[in-house]
Amino acid sequence: MADEPKEQQPPSVPTGDKPGGSPSSVSVPPAKPAGAAAPGAPPKAAAPAPPKPPVSLQTPLNNELVTRIRGKFGAALLETIEDRKQAILTVERGQLAEMALYLRDEEKFNLLADLTAVDWPKREKRFDVVLNLYSFAKNERLRLKVRAADGEEVPSSVKTWPAANWLEREVFDMFGIVFSGHPDLKRILLPDEWQGYPLRKDYDILQQDTAWVRENLGIESGQ
Amino acid sequence: MKAVSETVPATKGKTALSIETTSDHKTLLGADELIINMGPQHPSTHGVLRVKLKLDGERVIGSECVIGYLHRGVEKIAENRTYQQFAPYVDRMDYVAAVSNGLGYCEAVEKLLMAEAPPRARVIRTILTELQRIASHLLWLGTHALDIGALTPLFYCFREREEILKIFEKYCGARLTTHAFRIGGLQYEAYDTLEKDVERFCKDFESRIVEYEDLLTQNRIWLGRTKGVGILTAEEAIAFGVTGPVLRASGVKWDIRKAMPYAAYDQYKFEIPVGTTGDTYDRYLVRMEEMRQSRLICLQAIENIPSGPILAKVGKVLKPPPGEVYHAIEAPKGELGYYVVSDGTIQPYRVRIRPPSFVNLQAFDRMVRGHLVADVVAIIGTLDIVLGEVDR
Repeated sequence: MADEPKEQQPPSVPTGDKPGGSPSSVSVPPAKPAGAAAPGAPPKAAAPAPPKPPVSLQTPLNNELVTRIRGKFGAALLETIEDRKQAILTVERGQLAEMALYLRDEEKFNLLADLTAVDWPKREKRFDVVLNLYSFAKNERLRLKVRAADGEEVPSSVKTWPAANWLEREVFDMFGIVFSGHPDLKRILLPDEWQGYPLRKDYDILQQDTAWVRENLGIESGQ
Repeated sequence: MKAVSETVPATKGKTALSIETTSDHKTLLGADELIINMGPQHPSTHGVLRVKLKLDGERVIGSECVIGYLHRGVEKIAENRTYQQFAPYVDRMDYVAAVSNGLGYCEAVEKLLMAEAPPRARVIRTILTELQRIASHLLWLGTHALDIGALTPLFYCFREREEILKIFEKYCGARLTTHAFRIGGLQYEAYDTLEKDVERFCKDFESRIVEYEDLLTQNRIWLGRTKGVGILTAEEAIAFGVTGPVLRASGVKWDIRKAMPYAAYDQYKFEIPVGTTGDTYDRYLVRMEEMRQSRLICLQAIENIPSGPILAKVGKVLKPPPGEVYHAIEAPKGELGYYVVSDGTIQPYRVRIRPPSFVNLQAFDRMVRGHLVADVVAIIGTLDIVLGEVDR
C-alpha cells in the first residue's frame, strides 16, 4: 500500500513540470508532490532498509581465544560471532559454570561488568542470558551468551563472580529466569509479592499487578 | 503506624528473624543481637535506600540493602520509545550526572549505527562531561562531609557546583536533567562565551579545591571518621564488580577514559589517581584528585575546540541495522554501560543499562561488617550512590 502511491506520484512530478506554462499551474503541481513527498519519505527511507539485513554485521569470529576455548570445550561452544567488532560467544547452558571459571582463571576475564537477559518470545529457547566480561590484563571485553527456554534453569555465576549476585536477582525479577545455585534468589527491585515479569515481551507496558497495587497502595491503578 | 509495622515485620516470620546476606548463609538472631532498620526515609541514605542492619551492640555484623523504591521501569520504557525519544529518560537515572548518562547512551546508539560524532561535538562533549564529573564529585563531597559532621564544605561545594550548573544552563537551558547531547553529536552549538566561562571556572577552581582540602584533609575528626573505615581490597572490589573511584581507591589503576577512550579523551593528558588501602579516606583523596584532573582536561580542551559541524548525518529516523552493542563510559560513579539490541526497527529491542551505583552497592555489606552504626553513614556516603540509578 505504501509503495503504490509512491510509484504513482513520481510520474506526476515531471508531468506537472512540463505543462507548467502559466505561473498558477506551476504553483499547484509542485505543492502536490511536496505534500505527497512527506508521507512518501518514510517508505523511501524504509526502502533501502530491506537490502540491509542480508548484509549482516554479524560475522563468524575465529581468533586465538575462540580456538583455545573450542579446543577445551568443543561442541559446548555453540556459536562465535563478531558484531561491530565485539566478540560474542554462545555456549551450552549446562557448561556455563565451567566456562565461566575457565574464562576467569585461564583467560583472565576477571571482571563481570554486567549480566542481563533478552527475551525473544518467538524463538524455541526464548531467553538469552548475556554476560559482559572484561579482562584487566588484556583490556578486552567479551560477551557470553546462554540460551534458555521458559522454565529452564541457568547455572548461577555467583561463585565465579560475586558481582553476579544482584545482577542475577534482577534478571530473575524482570524475566523470571531461575539461576540454579544462587545463594538468595528473590526479587530485588519489585516487591516480593509482585506477580509477573515486566521485561518479558508479552508483558505490556501498561500492565501491572493490579491486585498488589490495590492492596498495598490503596489505589485502583498506578497508571 | 504503617511504617512501624513494616520495620518490625512480625507477620513475616522468616524475614523478621533471619537476615539474608551476600555471603550465602542465613543466621538466626543471638541473645545480644538486634536488627534495626535504616531508611528508606533517612537523610544519610542519599535517597530512598533502606538498609536492614544486624547489630551486636553497636557493631554491625550483617546487613541487607532493600532497594527498588525508585524503580520506574526505565528499560521497559526504552523498548516502547524510539531511539531519540528515549534519550531524555537516561538523564533521570543518575540525576546529579545527567550529562554523563546522556553521553553513554548517545555513544552506544552511535556505535550501533556505526556513526561517529564530528570532532567538534566530541570535544564539547568532553568538556561538559568533565564539568559534570566535577559537579557530581562536589555534591558527593558536600553531602559526604555533612553526613560525617562537617557542615562547612557543603556550602563551599555548592558554590562551585552552581557555577557549573550555570554553564549548563547557558548551554542548553537546563541545569540538572540537561539532555545536552543528541545521537550523532550535539543539538546546540556552543554559546559564544563557553570557553571563557569554563576557563574562568577552572582558574577559580584551583584555589577552591585547596579550600576544601584545608578543611578536611588534615582534620583530625575527618581522619578519625574515614581512615580505616570500609576497607575494600583490590581483589574484593574486582570480585564484586566495583568500578570507578571506589575501585581506584583500592589500588586498581583502571579508568575507561584511558583503557578504551571515547569522546575526545585520547587527545588529552591526565593522570589516574589511585589509592593504597581502599578505605574511606583513600576514596576521598582519589575523588579530590579526580576533580583536579578533570579541571586539567577542561583547560586542555578549551584551548583548541575544532570548528566544523556538530551533528553527524545520522538521519531523522534512526533504524540501526540488527545487532547489538555494549558501550561503557567512565561516569563519575564508575562504569556506566549500555547494552543496546536492535532488531532493525525504529525502537530499540532491548536497552540494558549497567548502572555503576547498583553494582557498587553490592560491596556495601562487605564494607560495613565490623564497623559501628555511625560508620555505616560514612560508608554509604563514600560509595557515592544515587538511588535513581540503582533502581532505574
